[in-house]
Amino acid sequence: MRQLRFLVAAVLAGALVFVSMSASTVAQQPRRGGTLNFIVNAEPPSFDAHREATFALIHPARGHYNLLVKFDPQNYPKVVPDLAESWSASADGRTYTFKIRRGVRFHDGSTLTARDIKATYEKIIFPKGDVVSARQATYEMVERIESPDANTVVFRLKWRSPSFLQAVASPWNWIYKAEIIERDPHWYERNVMGTGPFKFVEYVRGSHWAAVRNENYWVRDRPYLDGYRALFITNATAAVNAIKSGQALVEFRGFSPTQRDDIVATLGNRAVVQESNWICNNIVVFNTRRKPFDDARFRKALSLAVDRWGGSEALSRIAFVGPVGGATRPGGPFATPPAELEKLAGYSRDISAARAQARRLLAEAGVPEGFEFNLLNRNIQMPYSFVGVFLIDQWRQVGLRVTHVVKETGPYLADERAGNFDAAVDFNCDFYDDPDLQLVKFLSVNKSPLNYGGYNDSILDRLYTEQSRSLDAAHRIALVRQFERRLLDDRVWQIYVLWWKRIIPHSARLHGYKISPSHYLEDYQDVWVSE
Amino acid sequence: MARFAARRLLLMIPTLFAVTVIIFVLVRVVPGDIVELRLVSGGSFVTPSVIEAERVRLGLNKPIWAQFTQWIVGIPRLDLGTSMWTGQPITEEIALRLQLSLQLAVMATLIAVAIALPMGIAAAVRRGSWVDHAVQVISVAGLATPSFWLGILLLLFLLTTFHWLPPFTFTPLWVDPKANLLQLIWPALAVGYRYSAVTTRMTRSSMLEVLREDYVRTAWAKGLAARVILTRHALRNALLPVVTVIGLEFAFLIGGLVVTEQVFNLNGIGKLFVDAISHRDYTLIQGLLLLVAAIYILVNFLIDLLYVWLDPRLSYG
Amino acid sequence: MTQELLTAAPPALARSPRRASWLGRFVRRQPMGTVAAVVIAAIAVTGALAPWIAPYDPVANDFGAMFVGPSHDHWLGTDAFGRDVLSRLIYGARTALLVGFAASLGGATLGAIVGVIAAYFRGPTDLVLQRAADILISFPLIILALAIVAILGSGTLNLILAIALSFVPRIELVIRASAMSIRGMVYVEAARAVGAGPWRIIFRHMVPNVVAPYLVMVTAFLGQAILLEASLSFLGLGVNEPTAAWGLMLSGTAVEFLQRAPWMAIFPGLAITITVLAFNVLGDSLRDALDPRLRT
Repeated sequence: MRQLRFLVAAVLAGALVFVSMSASTVAQQPRRGGTLNFIVNAEPPSFDAHREATFALIHPARGHYNLLVKFDPQNYPKVVPDLAESWSASADGRTYTFKIRRGVRFHDGSTLTARDIKATYEKIIFPKGDVVSARQATYEMVERIESPDANTVVFRLKWRSPSFLQAVASPWNWIYKAEIIERDPHWYERNVMGTGPFKFVEYVRGSHWAAVRNENYWVRDRPYLDGYRALFITNATAAVNAIKSGQALVEFRGFSPTQRDDIVATLGNRAVVQESNWICNNIVVFNTRRKPFDDARFRKALSLAVDRWGGSEALSRIAFVGPVGGATRPGGPFATPPAELEKLAGYSRDISAARAQARRLLAEAGVPEGFEFNLLNRNIQMPYSFVGVFLIDQWRQVGLRVTHVVKETGPYLADERAGNFDAAVDFNCDFYDDPDLQLVKFLSVNKSPLNYGGYNDSILDRLYTEQSRSLDAAHRIALVRQFERRLLDDRVWQIYVLWWKRIIPHSARLHGYKISPSHYLEDYQDVWVSE
Repeated sequence: MARFAARRLLLMIPTLFAVTVIIFVLVRVVPGDIVELRLVSGGSFVTPSVIEAERVRLGLNKPIWAQFTQWIVGIPRLDLGTSMWTGQPITEEIALRLQLSLQLAVMATLIAVAIALPMGIAAAVRRGSWVDHAVQVISVAGLATPSFWLGILLLLFLLTTFHWLPPFTFTPLWVDPKANLLQLIWPALAVGYRYSAVTTRMTRSSMLEVLREDYVRTAWAKGLAARVILTRHALRNALLPVVTVIGLEFAFLIGGLVVTEQVFNLNGIGKLFVDAISHRDYTLIQGLLLLVAAIYILVNFLIDLLYVWLDPRLSYG
Repeated sequence: MTQELLTAAPPALARSPRRASWLGRFVRRQPMGTVAAVVIAAIAVTGALAPWIAPYDPVANDFGAMFVGPSHDHWLGTDAFGRDVLSRLIYGARTALLVGFAASLGGATLGAIVGVIAAYFRGPTDLVLQRAADILISFPLIILALAIVAILGSGTLNLILAIALSFVPRIELVIRASAMSIRGMVYVEAARAVGAGPWRIIFRHMVPNVVAPYLVMVTAFLGQAILLEASLSFLGLGVNEPTAAWGLMLSGTAVEFLQRAPWMAIFPGLAITITVLAFNVLGDSLRDALDPRLRT
């Protein structure tokens, strides 16, 4: 048995080496120098990652900062040291101690100490006054933070939390300087001061964000790049054209399959394509305060009518969606096993049988042929519009007439929150595969401000709490599966349409970059460009 | 002349004040909330108390009239407040984009005038001939073609024939004139053609009218050369209404190129306006609308001055 | 004498007994306008008969036929969802004409009403309306329409409202000027002298006289409305997917796949251009025929 496991591991390791070699990421000796031009297709609101939730800030500005610990850019989801050189957890899982690296300097020359880490995390977890933290709720389990000496930080938790270390590796938790935060907690909204591999040069709105190498960076011989330039190109076609014409080497969020083909057709072997399943998905939330959406049979019929496998194949040719999955990312550590997945409502391979069942359920629920309802959606082309058009056509095939109500993000959110919709295309995007993150939006309305469906389900709430405190991995997965069955098959409060596929076609001049399942995890420390 | 100008300038103040009132009311009835948009649109788990704190910080909890006074007292000092989305001063946000929009408007206007004047004059002089018909067709077609579609076709043409595309990021003219012009000439062509249509028609009809006037007939009768009659007598007088049209079109070009800017990825005023609306950045929307209205009013004022200057028959009133 | 003046309303198109001969004269004198009218009629008939002549359902996805070029099965090719471009063009004519007519008629009618009221009452009412209109026309049409769409939200109905409302100030100013000139005429003064009420004067005398400029404005704005609809839909702020609309067909995927599937961008653009061209030509001809004074 043990031998067998060894064999499997060896084969896997071999495969991994093969994959990374063929991706030509390690084939050449890294070159020092050069500037990386990349595209960012939105502009950052403020510069403070603790309060923002958009990749448009991570991509241009992450290079100025370090984290406490981080996900290994070459080997997700492994957590590796960043400013903490080591860490340990107590036996009861309620105390985490981090040893902070010595001799790390901020770009202004001052030395980083445990005090900076403590101040940063207190700003994130216990924001004072009018300071906004977008991730306060993520760290609900933290009781207090201590810094017994200049090189030690201790987190004391209220309860044991199996994914605490990954939560600390959050790409949003940039380490700031304590002195600045204490003087003005809003300073970081419009200024940059970190310990990262690149120093801030300038940000010209509507044009670019420039950075230059930090010559005193604490990792020897890093970064390789002389600097980088983030070009703000919000038009997707223009972004493709910029890569085709060599004006930029890469865009780190992701392109659609057709854009990928377009780039490859032009650049040929001067392009490299990397793809990964993405920790992002589209969900449909039903407004259970309205009839007949209060009827589980109707909701189940709506899920059964959606041909996920067929849609996956078709839509993955035009939009960056594709992977069929349940409540956790296909291919991720909590992925639903295929046999179990196909048993859930709407995941059967036999779509005509599923549609027949859907029609039966519609009849049972008393919903007539030609019943009309609205589908609320965001006015974002990729992939929301594609998903909306697809769903409407799917539901048309079981005799339902659906009107697409497309709104700008502002009114869309307002309508979702006010319950002013029948069904709504929603989304979820996280930096890490973790049931705590991915399942929180399905809890009862009084537990989760992100539940727009208006339902209460104490069983889901209980299962969620249990899994989030279970240190036994197998038991946790079993609880997640129970949660998923109740959510998607039994009560059908909300349904998953498709998970997203991240596609990064980039110039072959870019090296040392490996795609991860999240576009929030970009890290330019080890990236280099060839001539 | 100076007195006329001063009086007209003074008259602009109440108009601008009315503009601010209308804009302010208009902006406040736009549904959607910038705070929610910023904090929740990424899918973050944010508590209502955090949202409330942010509203207080942006001054959104203050009564409407207080917000209005705060805005209006800054305007004379050219202080339009700070953007609710980025926290940057509005004037800074606008200044960057205005540079591009102004240049594009100037280029498009030059192209439009270069097309329109000769075509309009030729059509008027050869009224009823095939020249006239051709000009009419070209200008009517120009009015009917969406300039963003023309832009798309231009890009397609450049792509298929030259395998080349204009640069996608803006370089100011004084930094690198070549890169700058290579980027802006295409949208200027697409837009200039469309705007030449209006001017061509105006030139033609204005010329026709002037050519019927007694003094032009007299000039013909005196046997003056056609070139002299056209340029000295006819064109000078026919130009007045043409200048009005050019001026107003120019004013509209600065904020009105929303779609063309989208096609060519230009970060101009129009695109900034679309972004500001989608972010519900009230202060920025207000600032932009005020800018667009002010430009229009200013251009009108300049046209009036030009009228007085070009046509001595008008009194300085 | 006064009685005669009251009954003999000025000649107006709507009540002309010689409508047929007017039409004949129009056809003879405005050959281009006639051609344009025929083109528009053809587009309208196509739109009206869409369910019978369109070869496919315009919203049905066909993932077996994505990005098919012009061919025997799909004369104008298919789009990213495998939807037939020709069918979407045919159904799109409905959207274009619906938005065009509803917005320009609605906007012109509302503008005309406001203009006539302003002209009749003068004084402070007129002043306020004038000022408001002056200010609103200082914004480019698209900016005004965008602002209104932001307030109302997208969708076909809101789009019509937004476009109509942004036309109102422009139309109001023209109509007011026309109505103003009528108001000062002797027969209107006479009607007032014999005690005709304001509404009687407005409807019997002023309205018929602004019919000509009203019709000219409606046709002039029809083309503009269709262009605006296309622009807003292109920006994703107009008609919503999967409704067939020309501007929408040009947006997103059409631009993205420009090189690979140029038919997706070329045909809807042509449809817009031809339709707007026809309306513009018809508008010019109508203006020349109805009211030579408005000739520019």
